[in-house]
Amino acid sequence: MSVLEMTGRQLDYWATVYRRTWKGSAVLSFVQPWLYIGAMGVLLGGYVDDSGFELRGASSYLEFIAPGLLVATAMQVGVGEVMWPVMGAIKWDKTYYAMIASPLRVVDIVAGHLAYATFRVVLTSAVFAAVLAAVGIFTSVAGALGAFGAAVLVGVALAAPVYAFSAGAQTEQGFSLIYRLGMIPMFLFSGAFFPISHFAAPLEWLARLTPLWHGVELARMSALGLWNAMAIVHVVYLGLLLGVGAWWAVRRLERRLVV
Amino acid sequence: MVTARGLRKSFGGFEAVKGIDVQVRRGESFGFLGPNGAGKSSTMRMISAVSPPSGGQLRVLGLDPSEHGSRIRARLGVCPQEDTLDTELTVRENLLIYGRYFGIGRREVAGRADELLGFFQLGEKRNEKVDNLSGGMKRRLTIARSLINDPDLLLLDEPTTGLDPQARHTLWDKLFRLKQQGVTLVLTTHYMDEAEQLCDRLVVMDGGLIVAEGSPLELIQRHSTREVAELRFGVGEHAELAASVEDLADRVEVLPDRLLLYTHDGEEALARVNERGLSPVAVLVRRATLEDVFLRLTGRTLVD
Repeated sequence: MSVLEMTGRQLDYWATVYRRTWKGSAVLSFVQPWLYIGAMGVLLGGYVDDSGFELRGASSYLEFIAPGLLVATAMQVGVGEVMWPVMGAIKWDKTYYAMIASPLRVVDIVAGHLAYATFRVVLTSAVFAAVLAAVGIFTSVAGALGAFGAAVLVGVALAAPVYAFSAGAQTEQGFSLIYRLGMIPMFLFSGAFFPISHFAAPLEWLARLTPLWHGVELARMSALGLWNAMAIVHVVYLGLLLGVGAWWAVRRLERRLVV
Repeated sequence: MVTARGLRKSFGGFEAVKGIDVQVRRGESFGFLGPNGAGKSSTMRMISAVSPPSGGQLRVLGLDPSEHGSRIRARLGVCPQEDTLDTELTVRENLLIYGRYFGIGRREVAGRADELLGFFQLGEKRNEKVDNLSGGMKRRLTIARSLINDPDLLLLDEPTTGLDPQARHTLWDKLFRLKQQGVTLVLTTHYMDEAEQLCDRLVVMDGGLIVAEGSPLELIQRHSTREVAELRFGVGEHAELAASVEDLADRVEVLPDRLLLYTHDGEEALARVNERGLSPVAVLVRRATLEDVFLRLTGRTLVD
């Protein structure tokens, strides 16, 4: 049985899960971009634009941070979908145990859940990108699609290793660490809000190693139409993270469920 | 349907199953009887093809679970010890979604779901959330769900543990009907009445090993007398008094709260006890059960 077919068999389950929860997430994914644009792009941006800082080709602060906001939102949604929900499926509702008693294998379960996380990332990123397009951020349709693609890639690439973490986690304490020591610092310091060249060299290199920086760079070069060969590095980095993360997730969940 | 030879399972340094031989034939109802911790559930999980054996040989439906787990599970129905229903979904959705995991088409799974809801008397609850069901109903739904793929082999791990007597009897009735329809059942239990009601053949497990095997009747005949006279005396008197009635029965068991006299004629034994001037606080003559078999084989009672 192919993983694809087995993932398809879970479609009705995930569709039911989505039908049950879509209202809240839909409203949020529409409201959130406007909050960011208002507070950081327009209000904070007003000060920054007056200061005359060089913003790496962006014509306004809003234009500079918009790709970063898009990518960071994709990260939040992707990662959020594989923390508590994964732990719940193992510990609280035991839905994974029901699944594993059927013909589904661990690899199918991981594929199904990551596919659902991808779906959520795609929807949220699409709404966010549409709002940015309405505000006139993108220079071309291709640029908009590229930034959207970068956001989806980041959301899924980060979801994979976090899934692996959740699959083996005994308590939920680790999740708040991921938020506080992983996602929030990345959100603040990975070049979404200011060029990382403002850092001292070691910190700049640290920022360059974070997945979010690669995603922000990729989305920004696409949004502004300033492509260069680094794009390949970004895509390969995020692709590897996704591949290794997914492999690790299957391995960890296998150890957890198959005892 | 199931063949195990020298089957073992260890978790770290702890050996839960220490080498058992089991054979389950098509159409029969087979039981694992034993106290908590006897290795029943570990054995069931290995047969369910979700837990790899640590040693020995295992074939389920003629296949090796470590190689063909998914193919085996496609033909099994599994009712785990702990309910794994999706409490956020409705009763009917639980069946529909589970059926889809087996690759059954939507239309067909809907038909089967309605049929099963009828059979398990859950039709009125079809659109209720699982959260709102009673324990007995959840259990029936779990078993209904395990039948959604029309399995060749139904595995039930402690199907009625934690249910009230009425819910247990309802469930037994359903399982008995399934058995009559020719479904092969394998179940674990620590209730002897359940084993007597449902099992054609069973093994008694203790400490990871099989200590006896046969039909409930055979086991009782082989390891116990036909009748048992229970004598209850004052607290702490039982061990002392055992000696004075020893010759009245084939065997006397001393429990903390009563004496068990194993004999072919319980009334006769009681009369003799009274002749000796002993006056128990309470007496009971009953037929021997698997509980007596278990006591005989292990020196302990089943449910502590």
